[in-house]
Amino acid sequence: MSAVDLTQFHKTFFEESQEGLDAMESALLALDSGSTDTELVHTIFRSAHSIKGGAATFGFVDVAAFTHVAESLLEEVRSGRRPVEPPLVDVLLRSVDCLRVMLRRSSAGQPVADAESEELRAELASLVSGQDEGVQPPPAESVSTSAGWRIDFAALPHLLQTGNDPLRLFRELQQLGQLDVIRAFIVDGAPATLAEVDPTLCYLGWELHLQGAASRSDLDAVFDWLDGDCVLEIHPLSTGGSAETENVSSSSPVATDPSRRDASPPGIVKVATDIPAAVRETPIAPAEGSSIRVDIDKIDALINMMGELVITQSMLSEIGENFQQSQLEVLREGLVQLERNTRELQESVMRIRMLPIASIFNRFPRLVRDLERKLGKQVKLELQGEHTELDKTVLEKIGDPLVHLVRNAIDHGLESPSRRKAVGKSETGTLKLNAYHEGSNIVVQISDDGAGLNRDAITAKALQNGLISSGQELSDAEVADLIFQPGFSTAAQATDLSGRGVGMDVVRRNVRDLGGSVSVRSVSGKGSTFTIALPLTLAIVDGLVTAVGGERYIVPLISIVESLRLKASDVRKVAGGGEVFHFRDAYLPIMRLHRSFACHEAVMDIERGIVVVVEEDGRRVGLLVDDLLGQQQAVVKSLEAHYRRVQGISGATILSDGSVALIVDVGGVVHMGRQSKAA
Amino acid sequence: MAKILAVDDSASMRGMVAFTLRGAGYEVFEAENGELGLDAARGAAYDLVLADVNMPVMDGISMVRQLRAMDTYKGVPILMLTTESHTEKKMEGKAAGATGWLVKPFDPEQLLATVKRVLG
Repeated sequence: MSAVDLTQFHKTFFEESQEGLDAMESALLALDSGSTDTELVHTIFRSAHSIKGGAATFGFVDVAAFTHVAESLLEEVRSGRRPVEPPLVDVLLRSVDCLRVMLRRSSAGQPVADAESEELRAELASLVSGQDEGVQPPPAESVSTSAGWRIDFAALPHLLQTGNDPLRLFRELQQLGQLDVIRAFIVDGAPATLAEVDPTLCYLGWELHLQGAASRSDLDAVFDWLDGDCVLEIHPLSTGGSAETENVSSSSPVATDPSRRDASPPGIVKVATDIPAAVRETPIAPAEGSSIRVDIDKIDALINMMGELVITQSMLSEIGENFQQSQLEVLREGLVQLERNTRELQESVMRIRMLPIASIFNRFPRLVRDLERKLGKQVKLELQGEHTELDKTVLEKIGDPLVHLVRNAIDHGLESPSRRKAVGKSETGTLKLNAYHEGSNIVVQISDDGAGLNRDAITAKALQNGLISSGQELSDAEVADLIFQPGFSTAAQATDLSGRGVGMDVVRRNVRDLGGSVSVRSVSGKGSTFTIALPLTLAIVDGLVTAVGGERYIVPLISIVESLRLKASDVRKVAGGGEVFHFRDAYLPIMRLHRSFACHEAVMDIERGIVVVVEEDGRRVGLLVDDLLGQQQAVVKSLEAHYRRVQGISGATILSDGSVALIVDVGGVVHMGRQSKAA
Repeated sequence: MAKILAVDDSASMRGMVAFTLRGAGYEVFEAENGELGLDAARGAAYDLVLADVNMPVMDGISMVRQLRAMDTYKGVPILMLTTESHTEKKMEGKAAGATGWLVKPFDPEQLLATVKRVLG
């Protein structure tokens, strides 16, 4: 067992392999869509090569064996011996998938190879036309029983320039037995006078005798690197014959001589047999925690900010040392600077967690390609704004909802080529993914030019599922919203529905958990656009601080539509004890926050309080609070982690005066409002 | 102690090489492709360069060729980290000026043995 613990590099290996597979996939898809960029082939080859090398080094023998075969096939492509054709891309894409699974199993310490991976490996091997040297048995060791060797070794002039050194050779030969220098000589072509000698060139040769049990292959290993750099003749000492004579020079490359192969161990097979069974069965600890790769520019920016902060700090402490009233202005300036430094530092720190959405967008070419084939549709995928950055946590959790929406858009949104032709559209449908900044939000849009939502089918379904009652007049927005309702449809029902609906409630819930919202706009016959708005970060929320009784509640700014003071006459009581008020052509329920959160000594008179209109997924309610105290950025602390989950509250934060304020979960509160209205 | 420049695009391989060599007391600088390797080589004098063959931006062969063209790296040992399945790469590396090679996969002991072989 090695003294260096290699397991510490496993996590890095899995991460870079994952990146390598992603790169392979993108490059394969680009080749599939007709690109002839040779760099793509190099990228694919290089990725497979790196995974193979790493897997072999770190003892993931199945992965190494699999990638070895894939690499052989790719080598044929790289050298131009094999054209890039769709069946080849197919098998390579399947190999990428298979490797993903194998790597996941490796990192979880599970058995890696299975019937499926073995089958695919055999398929790859059958495609490789050349002999696979990696699985050939190593040639038998040529053991010599000679009493010793006579070595005639003459350096070619450039020997020293290759970084090789005759002294090293002598040192190594000495380790093999007793070394005697019989004769040293100056080779032909050496300069006649010392003045002409270039110290970087070597004109020396030696006749050496090595006595001992060293084998010919031991000697070959010593001179292994010198091919083309010297003239070498080796004879057994006992016979002095020419049977073992070999002239190593540029005209006889080592690589073509099979008897010298054994000097270096064959890659893959060696590792496979070297690893004891016990080691192979030991489960590898799953990679713990998670890491993030940060662009060096971001770190540099952070260090710069830090430097400025230190300067400001020292300036302020200097003022503090012997403060005089006349310096008040300087102090103010310093504080302004401190505020700016702090804000910039905060932004830089936040940016460390930001990663481009490309890592998710890059999954879609493959998904679209697979769905196209499966569903017999033609789709042109357009990606925009791949460089838009999102918080790592948001990024990790938004993947599945996006995949869901893309799948639905192709499955239900885009029509079949024949149908598209019949309605006068191009046979190829277009699916656009776009990501961009909007205020403190990131917006991701998925739009298709398909049939749009089918209003009749959706209302019929909703009626059947009891989500609406017959005769209910619904606006387009309300109809569109129905597809996000839990229980609107199940996968089984969705197949006979030309609209959408497979698990859309799950999509909305996932997005909402991230503090975002999802909505849909659809034009019949023209297509649909799903819009997901996500917060830039989960760690900080821009909020409005409100007072309710003695408590402070923070309402996220993103959810606020308007704040207003009502007159008692604006408020109508409805059956069940609820209150509503008229706001922009609609009646909104009023939620008294003091009642929802059981606060004492709050303002009960609606004319003295303030109503904050908030919106979540198109639903609005008015929240009655005592007063508005101002706007503030709140660092979100999890309530769940320290206490427990509380309905209507998404977290807590600490205000500038040190007191604790709770952050209102608008989605939850709206939900509570609707429940109490229904009650 | 000798200074070693390790150039490899794979972070795990680089990590393993650097960790092993540092553990043996060498000073190791890491670079993730040939171009960054050259930058590093221009900025400091290394006693040994370890170079992966397949790298993006600039591969190991091109890097070795350019290193050898620099006066300060005329006789400095440069080892290619290569795989058995690419025997021709060894020759290409030699032609570019490499001192020798270390065949992948190698373990920390093999790496140390080879490095000691060159640095003495």
